[in-house]
Amino acid sequence: MTAPSAVISPPGEPILRLRGISKQFGAVSALADIDLDIYAGEVVALVGDNGAGKSTLVKTLAGVHQPTSGTIEFMGQEVTLDTPAKALELGIATVFQDLALCENLDVVANLFLGHELSPWSLDEVAMEVRAWTLLNELSARIPSVRQPIASLSGGQRQTVAIARSLLLDPKVIMLDEPTAALGVAQTAEVLNLIERLRERGHGVILISHNMEDVRAVADRIVVLRLGRNNGIFTTENSNEELVAAITGATENAVSRRYARKSEELRPQP
Amino acid sequence: MTHESRSAALDRADVRVRHDEGIAGMVRGFIDRIRSGDLGMLPVAVGLILIATVFTSLNPVFVAPNNLVNLLFDAAAVGCISLGIVCVLLLGEIDLSVGSMSGLASALVGVLWVNMGTPLPLAVLGALATGAIVGFIYGVFLNRFGMPSFVSTLAGLLALLGFQLYILGPTGSINLPYSSPLVRFGQILVMPDWLSYLLAIVPGVVMVLLGLRTIRMRAAANLSNPGLSVLLLKAGLLTAALLIAVFYLNQGRGIPYMFGLFVVLVVVMNYALTRTKWGRSMFAVGGNTEAARRAGINVNAIRLYAFMICSTLAALGGVLSAARLASASQQAGTGDVNLNAIAAAVIGGTSLFGGRGSAWSALLGILVIQSISNGLTLLNLSSSLRYMITGAVLAVAVIVDSLARQSRASHGRA
Repeated sequence: MTAPSAVISPPGEPILRLRGISKQFGAVSALADIDLDIYAGEVVALVGDNGAGKSTLVKTLAGVHQPTSGTIEFMGQEVTLDTPAKALELGIATVFQDLALCENLDVVANLFLGHELSPWSLDEVAMEVRAWTLLNELSARIPSVRQPIASLSGGQRQTVAIARSLLLDPKVIMLDEPTAALGVAQTAEVLNLIERLRERGHGVILISHNMEDVRAVADRIVVLRLGRNNGIFTTENSNEELVAAITGATENAVSRRYARKSEELRPQP
Repeated sequence: MTHESRSAALDRADVRVRHDEGIAGMVRGFIDRIRSGDLGMLPVAVGLILIATVFTSLNPVFVAPNNLVNLLFDAAAVGCISLGIVCVLLLGEIDLSVGSMSGLASALVGVLWVNMGTPLPLAVLGALATGAIVGFIYGVFLNRFGMPSFVSTLAGLLALLGFQLYILGPTGSINLPYSSPLVRFGQILVMPDWLSYLLAIVPGVVMVLLGLRTIRMRAAANLSNPGLSVLLLKAGLLTAALLIAVFYLNQGRGIPYMFGLFVVLVVVMNYALTRTKWGRSMFAVGGNTEAARRAGINVNAIRLYAFMICSTLAALGGVLSAARLASASQQAGTGDVNLNAIAAAVIGGTSLFGGRGSAWSALLGILVIQSISNGLTLLNLSSSLRYMITGAVLAVAVIVDSLARQSRASHGRA
């Protein structure tokens, strides 16, 4: 991996600039004062423990939730992402953790959902050709695009969801746990794909619990903890530093386990 | 999975897929679908044959051409209502007030046209507009207040019935003039022979033309196609069946224009549901509302359209049934109209759980329901028995729907 050394913020205008984003669900403050910049051609990993606010932040940027306060700037313009359609239109595509596919529709229909070609007389042939092209670009193993999503495996569904996010050639792509349900080969394919997206100049936001995946592709690693920014790291930082930032303490379950394991190993020759 | 060879079609590169080609492939695919619970039109076909056999053995008049013509006259009104029900069922919603809506529409036509002297087209338009407004209200209740359609339309059932009784006043019944075009349309007017034969040939011809175009376009795009033999076989069977039906019905009075209107509505709805973005959105909202919302579909608008279409078609059904009965009465739209319309959609294969169904299910389902009703009437059974039997048929249809759904889930079909 070619991690840009010591470059915290690449030069130029960020595509997406978040300032002071907060989100309250009743008394619960899911996000508090989040700042985040996304530049073209970089992969930003968003990490944090369960309940750190990663998915809430993604849903805010996808137009599913509206922030309670704070501003979102897209290409230098302040925007309001009040509907998912608005976010898509601007060029913010999202692959949700739950994939958000319609099981009763086939692969082609799901890929083009909301963006069908020729709305008054659907061009099924053109859509099917484009579907195959997209899926082949991702080296997807989908046997037939005329099968309903219900008959696909978890990994195949993930691929369909990622392919769908690329359909509109977005500026920013958010991937929420894209490799959680995938096998070894597909995980590598998704990581390759993320690198290809970076090369093509997309900004990528990657959310993952898998430190290995994060360190493999991320240029910057943004840590969220209990809904707040808790540091920005690069792949040069050690795993311990990252885990400490995620859990909020140098003394944590991961470090204790690590210490125990190394102690168990020590007496053995 | 790159294209090793251009000879393999784009969608035939994966070796794991069995490719059903030609007529044998079509038959194999059909059997597979049935076994996995994707029943399609099979229950209807079986049901119609069963019903025809039983009723004909009990009373041979059932299959007489003129009785079948009457059956088609009767089917058109409730069929229209059922077509609207298909729309709301596709979203996984329900409209329980379609019967009252149809009754109110027939009362409106009676009051506006006969009592107040409004021109007939305006009176009909007024009834349809009332339907659209009622549907709009249901949609707003669901979108703004999250009121389940089950409850809002149940409230609507009573409110609309009350409004119907209110505008009819103490007399309770308005007779429509027999010589008027509306009543002639509902009772007498049938297509001339040449027109009915022409219309019987049109679907097959259109099917072949569209099929050839699809085959050409798919071949040009390097995609596989089911083949010419399958297309010609399907079109041939369809045309033969339609010609036989038309020939038989023309032995009696012929095909009612009113039934023709219903079929045209079904065809238009089928196009809208399968070939437009709107239709795709309907299925998406019915299948996974949240996914549809995140794909940028305006879910609230889709719901609004569905309820408005449903209530408008219910109003049209009411106008047609007023024409059929030549009266607007307090009884219009009460009794089994509601359940018949919903049962027809479900029997025809539209799922109560949303996301599955077609416009054809209204046409096929209403033929089943109307055959049962017609056959029981011929047997001189009281309405008490008719209600019980129709209720049992609806229960069986819903059980078949539930079982097929479970089977589809376990076979990995939607």
